[in-house]
Amino acid sequence: MKLKLKLPNPGLDERIPSHAELEKLELEEAGERPQWDNKAQYMLTCVGFCVGLGNVWRFPYLCQSHGGGAFMIPFLILLVLEGIPLLHLEFAIGQRLRKGSVGVWRSINPYLVGVGIASMLVSFMVGMYYNTIIAWVLWYFFNSFQDPLPWSQCPVNENRTGFVSECEDSSPVDYFWYRKTLNTTPVIEDSGGLQWWIVLCLFCAWTLLWVCCLRGIETTGKAVYVTSTLPYLVLTIFLIRGLTLKGSVSGIKFLFTPDLDELLNPSTWLDAGAQVFYSFSLAFGGLISFSSYNSVHNNCEQDAVIISIINGLTSIYAAIVIYSIIGFRATERFDDCLNGNILTLMNTFDLPEGNITESSYDGFLQHLNSTVPAVFQDLQLKTCDMQTFLSQGVEGTGLAFIVFTEAITKMPISPLWSVLFFIMLFCLGLSTMFGNIEGVVVPLQDLNLLPKKWPKEVFTGLTCVVSFVTALVFVQSSGNYWLALFDGFAGSIPLLVIALCEIIAVVYVYGIDRFNNDLQFMVGHKPNIFWQVTWRFLSPIILLVILIFYFVTTVSKQLTYNVWDPDSDNFPTLKEVNYPSWISGIIFILAGIPSLSIPGVAIIRALWKHCSKDKEKNDERSISGKEASLNTIA
Amino acid sequence: MLAGVLLLIFLPPLVAKDLCKDSQDGFKVRLSIKTGLGDDAYEWNESEMFLFRSTLAYAMRKHSNQDTYTIDNILVCNDTQRVSFVFVVTSTDDPDQLIPKEQVELAVRQNKHRINNAFLLSDMTLEFMGIPPTLSAPIIYDTEPWLIVFGVVIGAVAVGIVALLMSTVSKKRRAKEKAAGLSEEDEGIVKENGTALSSLGRKEGVYNQAFSNDDRFTKL
Repeated sequence: MKLKLKLPNPGLDERIPSHAELEKLELEEAGERPQWDNKAQYMLTCVGFCVGLGNVWRFPYLCQSHGGGAFMIPFLILLVLEGIPLLHLEFAIGQRLRKGSVGVWRSINPYLVGVGIASMLVSFMVGMYYNTIIAWVLWYFFNSFQDPLPWSQCPVNENRTGFVSECEDSSPVDYFWYRKTLNTTPVIEDSGGLQWWIVLCLFCAWTLLWVCCLRGIETTGKAVYVTSTLPYLVLTIFLIRGLTLKGSVSGIKFLFTPDLDELLNPSTWLDAGAQVFYSFSLAFGGLISFSSYNSVHNNCEQDAVIISIINGLTSIYAAIVIYSIIGFRATERFDDCLNGNILTLMNTFDLPEGNITESSYDGFLQHLNSTVPAVFQDLQLKTCDMQTFLSQGVEGTGLAFIVFTEAITKMPISPLWSVLFFIMLFCLGLSTMFGNIEGVVVPLQDLNLLPKKWPKEVFTGLTCVVSFVTALVFVQSSGNYWLALFDGFAGSIPLLVIALCEIIAVVYVYGIDRFNNDLQFMVGHKPNIFWQVTWRFLSPIILLVILIFYFVTTVSKQLTYNVWDPDSDNFPTLKEVNYPSWISGIIFILAGIPSLSIPGVAIIRALWKHCSKDKEKNDERSISGKEASLNTIA
Repeated sequence: MLAGVLLLIFLPPLVAKDLCKDSQDGFKVRLSIKTGLGDDAYEWNESEMFLFRSTLAYAMRKHSNQDTYTIDNILVCNDTQRVSFVFVVTSTDDPDQLIPKEQVELAVRQNKHRINNAFLLSDMTLEFMGIPPTLSAPIIYDTEPWLIVFGVVIGAVAVGIVALLMSTVSKKRRAKEKAAGLSEEDEGIVKENGTALSSLGRKEGVYNQAFSNDDRFTKL
């Protein structure tokens, strides 16, 4: 089925290597481009890029809050209709045009270079804050080599009569995270200065990243053997450990209990679509780059399907592990709450120990309520509800650094589990950073901004140094709030815009017919009806819908954020505070500049061409004028 | 007279009980043996109470540095099934006078860990109402453990960077030497022949502008 709608694109054949040239390149292996040592390196790198911290701390939360097992339905549907086609598209276009993101879009049409630049900017900004999270992970990892763990108990105050009040009111894990790690201020305007211990960890994170990315895929290809496989090993260890703990099965049951009414809620579908999209690390440019190092006849269709399936299964597997541990923690909390109440009752009524057990608790309460209601009211017993404790399963940094660390302190041999957990988070984050660095360094090389003969080590080193210096913003006391800001705006809307432009560019500017022929040349058969329908209509429409909804919700909602304020009334609950007015400027820079660079670069290029064409015309006229005068003289 | 004798015999314990019950200088003690020891919990009986009184006497002795305190100076009342009771300490000189609350508190605080150990309990399970537990001093490390791990990791990374950079430099040097070696061989061959043309080596000839074809101005 030939597509009738195709935008004019003159000169395409001169910009891209033809099939014959590709065959020649393949046989002679004469290209200067780096290559993968073997298929396993390529697959592990892509899996590592896709599988990241989001699989561990975003998906389980979404699953539990949107109806448990029922969330699988929109997730899997959108995985198939949105994730796999976009992934296949990026792999195929990279393998065909054999360039990084800027090079690919420049080959398709020079006016589309903005898409590549936008990818580079987004990769840079996301890389900056993502590595700061890795710095926090490293801080916790360094602190795990002691018994007892520093977040297991409150520090003692000066005269040793009690604990520090901030810790007493909240909890040791909250205190360690907000005070000892972040040393957070109550508002974002309060900068609070750089926290030297996190600066050291950030330095460590960037140098570790540099050592792995030093020579591009030559070094990352070796590093991924460890960073991509270790998380699965640790997840399995935690699964076995988790299942042997009391209460873990209740966590898993809570996770998967389906609530089919949630399927009628549009935000469920929206969140599922967004999660699929971000989970695949699309539109960063890294996947295009990685795919361009493949041999021309690599079966990218199969790769896309395999990686999508691995990504989906990893999300589900991680959710099971996380919720088994959350179930254990909730049960421990419930038991503590109940035992605390029983102790209060025993102390007030001077009953012998063992008189009230967990099973006879309710009966006893009723008996008390009927006999001495006045005393009963005064007691102020805490309500112990298992469901509340289970739904305290938060997402993001709260899950990793507060909830999970608390659960770890309740396990025997806590330092071991802590070390394993943070190594896993570190590997997950580092393998994603490889893709981010690729998405920044390769466009930088393609744009010819720096001398070409500089070795790759300088490019990667420069990227790491510049990112480290700019990431010092996140190391201040208010850094956590800045990070949340970046996460919310730099890493969301621009990516959707870029992905939409990518799919339109390939299908309608490059031409889906030419693309089909390319795939037949590379893989051996034309892509079937599923790919045609998704590439031409379904995936762009789904992306557009998600983008519009995201945009509308972001623009219409109040700009607030949650702060840790020891002086607030509801402490330790986070306080909701309005952003200062100058934040809108920052948000515009974060979200607007990458998105606007797509039309912006096209306009600049059009103007430049127009000016240079005029100049050429003037030059020609003056030259022919000169020649005419010469002829007349001669 | 018999009544008088009986009164004399029974008065001290009655008075003692009054001293204990009504006094402001008493402390309530609460033991949670089953919570603290689980299956190893012992039964609370008169002998355990005897031990308690003797440990308190020991605490008073240590605090006041007087070896005159005996178990009779510790009076106990308000026994409950919870295993909680109130005790007071009488002065060694005058059995009707009680040692003030502050002194008793200091004595208990000084020797809390000895009292706890006598009962195999902790500050949580052996409570003196009104006497806050003295928390153990925080562990002070000479070097924080996290700095040690950080140092190890940074050292390994530095070694890795240096090794990789050196290998790049040596690879480049080897490649340069190889290229220099090849071009030396070429010159050797040319020298053997000695003709002018072959001395051009692999050049494509000299570019003669007079015969060039790509004149930009002839596009009429």
